[in-house]
Parts: sequence; structure tokens; C-alpha cells
Amino acid sequence: MFDTTRRKLLAAGAVGAAGLAIGTTPFAAMAEDAKKDGPVKAAFLYVGPVGDFGWTYAHDQARKCMEKKLGDMVKTTYVENVAEGPDAERVLRQLAQDGNDIIFATSFGFMNPTIKVAKQFPKVKFEHATGYTTGGNKNMGLYNSRFYEGRAVLGTIAGMMSKTGKAGYVASFPIPEVVMGIDAFQLAAQKVNPKFQTQVVWVNSWYDPAKEADAAKALLDQGADVITQHTDSPAPLQAAEKAGAIAFGQAWNMESFAPNAHMTAIVDNWCPYYTRRVQAVHDGTWEADNVWLGMKDGEVEMAPFNNKMPEDVQKAAQKIIDGTKDGSYDVFTGPIKDQSGKEKVSAGQKIPDEELLKLDWYVDGVKS
Amino acid sequence: MNFDLLVAILMTIAGAATPLLIAGLGELVVEKSGVLNLGVEGMMLIGAVTGFAVATTTGYPVIGLVAAMLAAAAAALIFAFLVLTLMANQVATGLALTIFGTGVSALIGAPFVGITTPTLGLLFPHALTDTPLLRLIFGHSPLVYFSLILTVAVFWFLNRTRAGLILRAVGESDSAAHAIGYPVLLVRYLAVLFGGAMAGLAGCYYSLVLTPMWAERLTAGRGWIAIALVVFASWRPGRMLAGAYLFGLVITMELQAKAAGFNILAPEFLAALPYIATIVVLAVISAAKRGGTNAPACLGKPFRATA
Repeated sequence: MFDTTRRKLLAAGAVGAAGLAIGTTPFAAMAEDAKKDGPVKAAFLYVGPVGDFGWTYAHDQARKCMEKKLGDMVKTTYVENVAEGPDAERVLRQLAQDGNDIIFATSFGFMNPTIKVAKQFPKVKFEHATGYTTGGNKNMGLYNSRFYEGRAVLGTIAGMMSKTGKAGYVASFPIPEVVMGIDAFQLAAQKVNPKFQTQVVWVNSWYDPAKEADAAKALLDQGADVITQHTDSPAPLQAAEKAGAIAFGQAWNMESFAPNAHMTAIVDNWCPYYTRRVQAVHDGTWEADNVWLGMKDGEVEMAPFNNKMPEDVQKAAQKIIDGTKDGSYDVFTGPIKDQSGKEKVSAGQKIPDEELLKLDWYVDGVKS
Repeated sequence: MNFDLLVAILMTIAGAATPLLIAGLGELVVEKSGVLNLGVEGMMLIGAVTGFAVATTTGYPVIGLVAAMLAAAAAALIFAFLVLTLMANQVATGLALTIFGTGVSALIGAPFVGITTPTLGLLFPHALTDTPLLRLIFGHSPLVYFSLILTVAVFWFLNRTRAGLILRAVGESDSAAHAIGYPVLLVRYLAVLFGGAMAGLAGCYYSLVLTPMWAERLTAGRGWIAIALVVFASWRPGRMLAGAYLFGLVITMELQAKAAGFNILAPEFLAALPYIATIVVLAVISAAKRGGTNAPACLGKPFRATA
């Protein structure tokens, strides 16, 4: 919380001071579109602890991987456990003042603070993960991964392996990113088992292991035999393991926590993107853009399938992966009905990206 | 609702209530001696990480439990030295202890992220947990039984023993207790150490029983709830038990209702319910004078021996 923020800020300050000592003035270092002489200073803003073994962990692994690849070209700092909202704004401003060239804000709730701070620091480059608008800032880019592609693989496995035909979904907040994942999961499962249902429980937190575990337990008590999650700790997996159900890892391979329950995981691989963007800052070619990359680009990967998964299920899951990569499969292809049974997308139509990024309705079979 | 489901829900409630009860009882004793330690969350985290680290390294969860209590008590000792001997502000020092505990637990825990540990098993043999009813009686973690025994023990200690009377005297009027010759600081030191040990035990309930893993901020604010429960319980062990289980009930029912597909209230409201309940009960207690004056008179005040 506050302490870690403070601690990391002090570290960031120290890095800033070191940069000054090397001899470049902070203003020269921030000059736009110029090839950088010294190392690029890149800062990362995390919503959770780097040790969450989930979302934030994946970002931090990518930061380290990028640092390794670029060597002397980059100096990174990070601030962890930053609350979404006003606190984020304060930390972002501090990072910008510390002379960072590029700042990655890695949570949906950082969007508005980033827009605000990007306006105040036009020479600093900002990148926001999973957001849908830059508020017109030319120095702010958006990046996201098509995690829903992975959700479709999970849904297929769930649909084929579930005996009760009911999955429990431990979810954080009803934002488009999460809604999209729930819909993709249910659509894919429904394709295999038309009676399939997904029961959602909102825990109103990205990270609260005890509550995530209790939510998973509640879902299992109520007849779900598949647990999937959009929260950041392995706790729901452990609950599934105990109950003999199946489950999927989130953001990272969580197999070690549930060797029997863990079928596969959606693995976030941000390393190629971070490496490209920091390289662009270094070369003076950085431009704000809005990218949404997926399996094809290697940003979304699936962890190795569990041996306990039957062969036909493995084959079906692999088919979804291959189809996604070659573009022949898109889970958001009509006909798609909403919860009330009304057809929202007609046969053969696809939900366009800009609508997906604002998605706020649930497909047929989702109970939330 | 079938019986199986009811038992499963009751067991989840016990699981959610137990760490709050253990940490809360520890803090209750501390506050009864006149010291306010807001560092419960920090001590819980230190306990959680130490318990996990030691259990993983040695392979024995029981050694982890003991180590967790010792480590959290050591953190409590630092707090005690600062506020009792050096007479630092208790609120500020307690907050600092929580911040310290969060940071140091992350530091110690860094090599333990993402690995598994031997967990604390059940107290009774599996043969005894075959049917739902037996499971409800015999199927809990040893710490659940311990927390119930602890409740009785703390009640008995505070109200039925001479040592408990002295501790309460120290908390109600430190100067009077000092005047008739009781070692005020020693009593408070011991109380704070006990509170630390219990917070450590509550912390490793998370890392060894409930969610057997280590991740930063694993306890996610439960220490603060334990502190609130002490006020909620108006410093009485029996009410502490009721409060912890009530809280466990509310959290669990919220999730069960959602899992069962009931959508009468907004999820945000349900999530806020435990805290609303706390505020309401606090308001009711303060309004009824008897409970409101139940706080130890010397709570949070430094003591300086005058003669």
C-alpha cells in the first residue's frame, strides 16, 4: 500500500538522480522524436504486488525480460500496489517528474489518471493497458491483449469436461475486459454443450486470496464442477483442487498450486510488446497507437495441457488455438443471444473490436 | 437447501471466522491492558510469511506455526519497546508496524512466491469425517478448535484469575495499579507479546490452511477487521466469538447468494454489508451507555512511572 508506493518512489527518485549525474539534462532526455543517447527510462505502474503470481507478476516478468533483451539501452523502475483512482494520479505525476521517458500503466482503473497526467506532461510517453480511450492525448498509447481468445479455449475444455454442465466464474469487477472474458468462455462452452451455464460471483477485488477461495468454494457447493477466474491469485485453483474439480490458471502457469485441477492457463506474455515500445523510444520512432494483439502475435499463450485432460479434449482445444492463430476462428461470431434470449449478433456477423472494448452485456447462459 | 450444502456453508463460515477470532482475541487482551496496537495486519503478514517459509523449509507445518508466533511476537516486542519504554505514540507506531510488516513480509517471501507447502492437516482421522454431520464436528483444521478453546481461556483468564484482574486493573487505571505495586510495564509487555503471537498464528492460518501459498499482502486487510471486531465485541471474549462468526456468516452468505444466482441486491451493496453492519453495531453500542463505557480507561495512553 502506501509504504511500498513510497519505497519504490524513493527508488525511482534515486534512479532519476543517477540519470542527472550521468550528465544528460532531464529536458534533453525528454526531447521528442530524437534518438536517445543515454538509456531509456521506463517506469511501470502496478495495481497489485509483484509477488501476486498473476496479473502483476506477468507484467513484472515482462519488464525483467525486456530489460534483459535491451541491456544498457533501458533503465526500469516500478511502483507496485497502486490503488486505482487519485493515488494512481499522484504516483504517475511523480514518475513523470522523475524524468521517465515512457510510463506503462498496467491496469484498467489507471486509465483516467493516465489521461489527466499525460495532458500535463506532453513530452513523456504514456502507455495504458486494457483501456479504451486516450482522451485525445498524442503522447498516450493503448495496448491490450486478446485474452478472450484464451477464454474460448478454456470454455471449450470446460464444456467438454464438465459433468454438471455448470461452471463457476470468480470475477473481479464488471468492466468490459472481464465481461468479454465471461462471454467468450460461455460462448465456447455452449458450442460444445448447448445447456452449459456459467455462474458468476463478483468478489469486488482483483486480489483477495481468502475471498477468492471462499467464492470458489461457494460455487463448488452450488454444483459447479469447473472453476475459472478473473482475479489474480491461485486461491480459486486450490479450492478446485480440494474439491476434485477442474480449473484454469490466470495470467500465469499456476500448475504447481493445483497439479490435478489445473488443466491449462492463459499466460500473458507482454515481453515482446514492451521490448518493441522501449526500443522505439530509444530510436526516436515511438508514436502513440492502439494495439490489441493476441495469440497470433504471441502475446496470449496457453500453458501446456494437463496430462489428465482426455485426448479428444486436447485435440478440440488445440483446434481452437490453431483456428485463432490462422484467423479462421473467432469466438464472437454470430448468432449470439443475450441473457434475455434476444439475438444481439446475427449469424455470420462478428462483434467489431470497438464494441468488444465497451462490452456490457452477457450472452445466453451466463448467470450473474 | 440440502444438508450437505448447509454443512459446507457452515464449514466455510468457520474457516472465515477463525483467523479473525484468533487475531481479535489477541488484540482484545492487548487493549484490556491499556495498549492500542494497530499493527495487527503487519504482524499477521509476518506470521503468514514466516509460517510458510519455515513449513516449506523444514517440511513440518507445526514448526511453521510455532515460528510464526515467535516471529510475530518479535515484531510486537519492537512495538512494545517503542510505545512502552520510549513512550512513542501508539496509533502512529501501530500503523508503522503494519507498514513495516507488509514490507518485510514481501522481502522475506520473495523466494517463496509460486511454490507449494505441506499444509496443516486435520486433527481427527479421516475415518471420522465420512458423513456431513461428522464432518461438521471433526472435519475442521486444528486451529478452529484452538480458537474456540482460546475464547474460553481468554474469558476465564480475564474474569476468573488474579493475573487477569491485574491486567484489567492496569488497563483501567495504570497509576492506581502502579501505586499498589503492580508492574504496569511488565504486564503490558506480556500482553503485547501475546497479541503478537496470536496475530502471527492467525496470519499463518491463511498461508498454511485456508489458501496454502505465499503471495504478498496475503491477508488482504483482515487484520483491520480483527481490530474493528474488538470494538464491536465491546472488549468481551464471548461477543468476540459472536462477532467473528457473524462476520464470517455475512461474507460467506454474500458469496453463496451470488453463487446460487440470487440477484436481489447489487453485489456492491452485499460486499459493503459487513462494514455497514460493523458501523451500525458500533453506533448502537455507543448509544447504549453500558457498552460505550466498556473501553479500558487507559487505552492508548502512555504510562510514566511517577513514584
